[in-house]
Amino acid sequence: MSQPLDEESSGSDEERCGRYPGARAPDRRRRVNAHGLGITVSEWGDAEGPPLLLAHGGFDFAGTYAVFAPLLAERGWRVVSWDQRGHGDSDHAALYTWDADVRDALAVLDATTREPVPFVGHSKGAGMLTTLAQILPHRASHVVSIDGLPSARHRRPEPSGDERTRYMAELFGDMLDRRRRLAETQRRPGTLEELARRRGRMNPRLSFEWLCYLVTVGARHDPDGWRWKLDPVMRFGGFGPWRPEWARNQLPSLSVPLLGILVGIIEEMGFETSREDVEPYLPRDSRIEVIEDSGHFVHIEKPAEIAALVCDFLS
Amino acid sequence: MKTTLRHAKIELVLHTLREGEGRALLLLHGLGESAAREDARWYPAWPGPIHALDFTGHGESTIPVGGGYAAEFLMADADAALAHLGAVTLCGRGLGAYVALLLAGSRPAEVTGAILCDGPGLAGGGSQPSTPTLPGIDPSDTGPPDPFALVELARDLRPTDYALEYVRQVEAFSELDRPLTVCAVQRPEWLQAVVDAPSVAEAPLDDALAYYARL
Repeated sequence: MSQPLDEESSGSDEERCGRYPGARAPDRRRRVNAHGLGITVSEWGDAEGPPLLLAHGGFDFAGTYAVFAPLLAERGWRVVSWDQRGHGDSDHAALYTWDADVRDALAVLDATTREPVPFVGHSKGAGMLTTLAQILPHRASHVVSIDGLPSARHRRPEPSGDERTRYMAELFGDMLDRRRRLAETQRRPGTLEELARRRGRMNPRLSFEWLCYLVTVGARHDPDGWRWKLDPVMRFGGFGPWRPEWARNQLPSLSVPLLGILVGIIEEMGFETSREDVEPYLPRDSRIEVIEDSGHFVHIEKPAEIAALVCDFLS
Repeated sequence: MKTTLRHAKIELVLHTLREGEGRALLLLHGLGESAAREDARWYPAWPGPIHALDFTGHGESTIPVGGGYAAEFLMADADAALAHLGAVTLCGRGLGAYVALLLAGSRPAEVTGAILCDGPGLAGGGSQPSTPTLPGIDPSDTGPPDPFALVELARDLRPTDYALEYVRQVEAFSELDRPLTVCAVQRPEWLQAVVDAPSVAEAPLDDALAYYARL
């Protein structure tokens, strides 16, 4: 069991926090040209092993799989993950959409293999790879969705009537006001521990030690402090015409075996999808596993259990 | 005259077609078009200044790497022009008509009327998702217009209830009796729903321009 970090301990930030029990840096890294955009790919495992595509969730990066991916690699998989556009060490783009992310994923897949491979994703990454498997069913052998199955339930009650009009006015105005200021925007610097604490607000169940380790991978050390590498134009929320039932209603069209891993503990970034939500929409050859005592980042909370579940399903 | 505006990582080019006093008319072009196709002589009923914006990936504005277009991003393009010009009347063609609706609903106090006209990209990708696809992009086609824009903005979904959300915002916060006027003959689902709203007028372009010019 790991011990909490002593925030006042001496040594450089990297010396203090650059290691985490079970975490392993990628065995290989490479760049993929996705229609002109540089995408950084991280691989764990034997370069000659069978590939497995592993997509991270929104605001994460491939390095968040530093414990989980090696466990898959130990079972013989060549784990291929990547930093999505604007995340980690991949290029920051001018534009971000779901379709663009799916197209980037295809660029990584094309640069890896033309054979069908397992698609494994967490959260938004699971949704992206499910879309890719629906577009190109011949390129996927399985889909594993780690708390990424869609639910049509709204997380919070939507306002109605005049209250909704005021709410939307604020939403639209804030979004446009923010975009008017974006040219000068950069991420706020801080100490390594400050960045870890900020991330902890969205990842409240993950240990401070893990969050500090993530800073050493997903942030850069500028002269005025640490900054997350994430493109500062990205933010939670936003708006558009997309609605979760569209993804849910397309789920039955999936033609490869599906493992859906759901969690029992609701937290800020979770999908809150229950077995009852998705059961009517499951494609043939589906399996749902609910990890009752875990939150959204179940592959970080219980890496060995989830890796065993995935490998068992793929075998 | 041309003015360069900044929207995040994009440099937008705003063309002044005619100088003048009073509230400006801001033209928003259709999908694949540019301000270069516009001419102030086509808007004789507008007495004031006329400007035309090149959206991201079109005309002389930046062509970004790797696509990722959404109509909401173009709305923020147009909002950059709004920040520069102050209150305007919007006149959009095709895709630009849809963007004009979004901006009128998002900045109802600053948009003094929006005119929605026929033009390329009016329908978008319809109201509901169809078979998911990833259309191929010719890597040798560097634009303008950006081939990603042509593909992605022809497929972006425009549900009627989403379009009506913006109409409700206009109705709630605009001080005009007729804040939206539809000139378009083509009526994709989203636009038919907009036309059916009580605050939305139908009129020929010259009549709409004359009406908003008087305000």
